This record gives sequence, C-alpha cells and structure tokens, in this order.
Amino acid sequence: MNSLRVFFVGGLISFRGLFNWLSPWIYIPSMLVAPIFQILLFAYIGRSAGVQDDAFFVIGNAVQYSAIPCLFALTNTVAGERWTQTLGIVLVTPARRVPLFLGRSLPVVVNGFLVSMFCLVVSSLLLGVHIPGSAWPPMVVVVAVAAASCTGLGLVTAAIGLRVRETAVLSNVLFGVLLIFSGANVPLDTLPSWMATVGEALPLSHAIAAARELAAGASWSDVSGLVGTEVLIGVVYAAIGLGGLRYFEAESRRKATLEIQ
Amino acid sequence: MKVLRLVSVSYWLHLKMLATSAFEGVFQVIWPLFFATTAFLVFRQSHDPHALVYAGLGSAVMGIWSVIATTASGLLQRERWHGTLELLVASPTPFALVLVPMTAAMASLGVYSLVATLLWGWLLFGITVPVAHPVVFVLAIVVSIFAIALIGFLLSVTVVRYRTAWALGNLLEYPGWLVCGFLVPITLFPHWVGWIAYALPPTWGMAAIRSAASGGSPWGQIVMCLVLGLAYGAAGALVSESVLRSARRNATLALT
Repeated sequence: MNSLRVFFVGGLISFRGLFNWLSPWIYIPSMLVAPIFQILLFAYIGRSAGVQDDAFFVIGNAVQYSAIPCLFALTNTVAGERWTQTLGIVLVTPARRVPLFLGRSLPVVVNGFLVSMFCLVVSSLLLGVHIPGSAWPPMVVVVAVAAASCTGLGLVTAAIGLRVRETAVLSNVLFGVLLIFSGANVPLDTLPSWMATVGEALPLSHAIAAARELAAGASWSDVSGLVGTEVLIGVVYAAIGLGGLRYFEAESRRKATLEIQ
Repeated sequence: MKVLRLVSVSYWLHLKMLATSAFEGVFQVIWPLFFATTAFLVFRQSHDPHALVYAGLGSAVMGIWSVIATTASGLLQRERWHGTLELLVASPTPFALVLVPMTAAMASLGVYSLVATLLWGWLLFGITVPVAHPVVFVLAIVVSIFAIALIGFLLSVTVVRYRTAWALGNLLEYPGWLVCGFLVPITLFPHWVGWIAYALPPTWGMAAIRSAASGGSPWGQIVMCLVLGLAYGAAGALVSESVLRSARRNATLALT
C-alpha cells in the first residue's frame, strides 16, 4: 500500500513540484507549437527532395517528438531535485526506489502521449493528411506505448544524471540520435545497415513503423508484433535505468558527489 | 574611438565566455548537425547530387540562425540571473551598444557550426560545395552573421519583460529553418509565406551565399541582407529605450 502511495501520490506531487515553472507561456511554445514546425520542416524537406509523402513525416515526427517531454522531464527528476537541493532528501528516504522512480515516470508518459497526439492531429489537419477513422483507436495505443517506451530511455538518462551535470545537453543529444536513427524521417531500410541496427534497438522506431502501417490500413493484429517489440525495448531500457539509478545512487553516496551542482 | 573600443572589447570578452561553456560551445555545433544529417539522408534518397549540395550549403548556414534564435532571446534573462542586468542598464553607455557585441559574439559561434557542417557533409556524405567566388562567398557569410546578430539584438530587447523568453527562442528556431530557404526553396510555400521570408535577412543572406557559391552575382542580395539587418538593428535600438523605461517605471528589471 505504501509503495502504491509513493507511486501515485509521490509521482504526482513530484511532477507538480519539479515542473511548477511549466506555465502555458513555456508549455505552448515548447510542447505544442515547436513540434508542429518540426513536422512542417521535414514534410517540406520531403517535398523538396521528392521522397516519401506528408503522412510519413507527420507520423514519424509526431511520435518522435514525445522524446522531448519524456527524456527531458525524467532527467529533470534528478537534475531538478539537485538544483533545488532536495535530491539528498529524496534519496535518504526509506521509500522503495522502483515505485519512487516509476511513479515519477507516469505523469511524464501521460504528457508525452498528449504532446504526440496533439502533433498528430494538428499536423494532419494542416497538411491534409488523411488517417482512416478505424486507425485512430489502435494509433492511440501505439502512441501511448511509444511514450512509455521512450520514458524507459528517460530512466537511463535520469540515472546518468546522477553523475553527469550537463543533463540538458545529454537529453538534446539523445533527441537528435532518435531523430536520425528511429526512422522518423528516413526509412530504416534506406539507412546504412549499422544505422538501421542501432535504430532497431532504440525506443520509438517500432512504434513509428506500427503507426505508419495502421495509417496505411493495417489491422491491429498486423502490427501487434511491432508493438510487442516496442514494449519489450521500453521494459529493457527501464530495467537498465532503474539498475543505473541504484548503482549511481550508491556511487554518489560513496564519493559524496550527490549534490555537486 | 571609445565606441569602437567598447564594441570590440565587449565582443571579444563575450566570445571567450561563450567558448568556455560546454552547452554554448559544443552543443551549438552538434545540434544543427543532427538536423543536417537527417536532411542529408532525406535528400540522398533523391539520388540528385545537386540536391545534396543544396542541402549541404543550407544546413551549414542553419547553425548561425540556431545560435541566435535559441540564445539571444534568453540573453537578458541570463544577465538577470547573474545579477548583472541592472549594472548593464545603469551604465552610461547606450544599452544598444552593450547588447550588440553580445549578440554578435553569439552569431559568431555559428561559424563553428558552419565549418563543422561543411566538414561533416564532406567527410560522411561526400558533399563538396563548389565555391566559384570565395571572397564574395566569405563576405556574404560575414554580412549574414552581422544581420542575424542584429535580429538577435532586436529579439533580446523585445523580450526583456518576458520571463520565459528562452521558450520563445526555442520556438523560433524551426520557423527560421523552414522559411529562410536553408533547405526548402521558398517557391514551395504558399505565396504569403514568401512575404514573411523576404522580410527576414537570413533569406537574402542564404540566397547571396548560394549565388556566390554557384558563380552568380550576389551583390543585390548582400545589400538587401545588410539593409534589412540594419533596419532590425535600428528597431532594436528604439525598442530597447522604451522597454527599459517601462521596466524601470514598473520596477520589474530584476524580477526573475
């Protein structure tokens, strides 16, 4: 029961506390408007190069943009606590670490999902991309899975954040890696084979592929394998992240580096 | 002479300060490379070598816009956090002369990005950008940097009372990349977008750089880039006085 309370109540309070600065003045430009321009940029680059269609770029970038809320927010659960000098207080509590950090992940997943769905709907309307009505319910599930999977990677960056101070740079770099390797803008089968292999091991790539197939008329059973792989990848990253958090927490206590700004 | 000394010393000081920051120095080079790489991979699918050269040159200049769009809007907020904004405002020097060297130093960081992107495109994608008129090419780049720095100056003073200006800066990066002709020809957009694009100096700067590289005559575009940049700078100078008066009157200058 206590773990459930830490998971739900702790996660929500932590999100509200760490992101009290996330006013509409920041949220709207960063989370809602910027991704629309990213989608427009790549859709027009595609038109200029005469490759793919608008739907390809709309779906790829809308799903990929969940990386911004998922990676940055979860990394900030460590960096933000350090900045407000509460990281030591959080980590000195006897609360179990798995519900503590997974609880912090839940609002992040919800936010990432909402951002991706907003981008998908608005950019489809702007560019006249038609996604069949029957594709939307499974698409919602795929987008949610993508946000959760990317949050698994966010747990890894949160763990690294216990040792690395430039967490904003780290999250931006990973966002860029996902931009290139996840197949958001370039089909994985046209990438050099080593890049495609890296892409297959990253979150989002299978979800993007599944969402594209759904938009092209595939059924849920056609994409269930891709969705299952995406879930598995997310779980593996989350496990690595939780393991990393445990390891770096012990290390930072040993070396007294926990609160060095 | 005093003005020249102020501008040059301030420019050099801020350039050195920016160069010591991992975020500003390294990241401003790496960030546009991600987008350049993606653009190269997209254009490569068209199997058109001219398209890759087009993308190579456009991607290289994108970084100059990025460095200004993302950092200039947060410039005064940073001074506010450091507790130095009031000192800068209280100095007898016109505020515009304090800010312009700062934004010029930021825009100069874009040169790192430009060179890095050209090298990146050459090493990894075999993109060689032929430059027919090297001297005019460099002049077009310098004028573009100067004009973009003046946009940065206008941007930084316009948002002096907007506490979350950095978010606005992040927002401006993509639209600049989209409409200024870096990677997408302006003719692909609806007609009204062209009006916005031609009101922005980077559009003319980019056209001048392409023209100098391909052996055309870029002088008209260089002049337009310069004139528009100076117009943005003059607007910034006017705005700076009124927003500072307002910030002083409302005692909001130091509020974080």
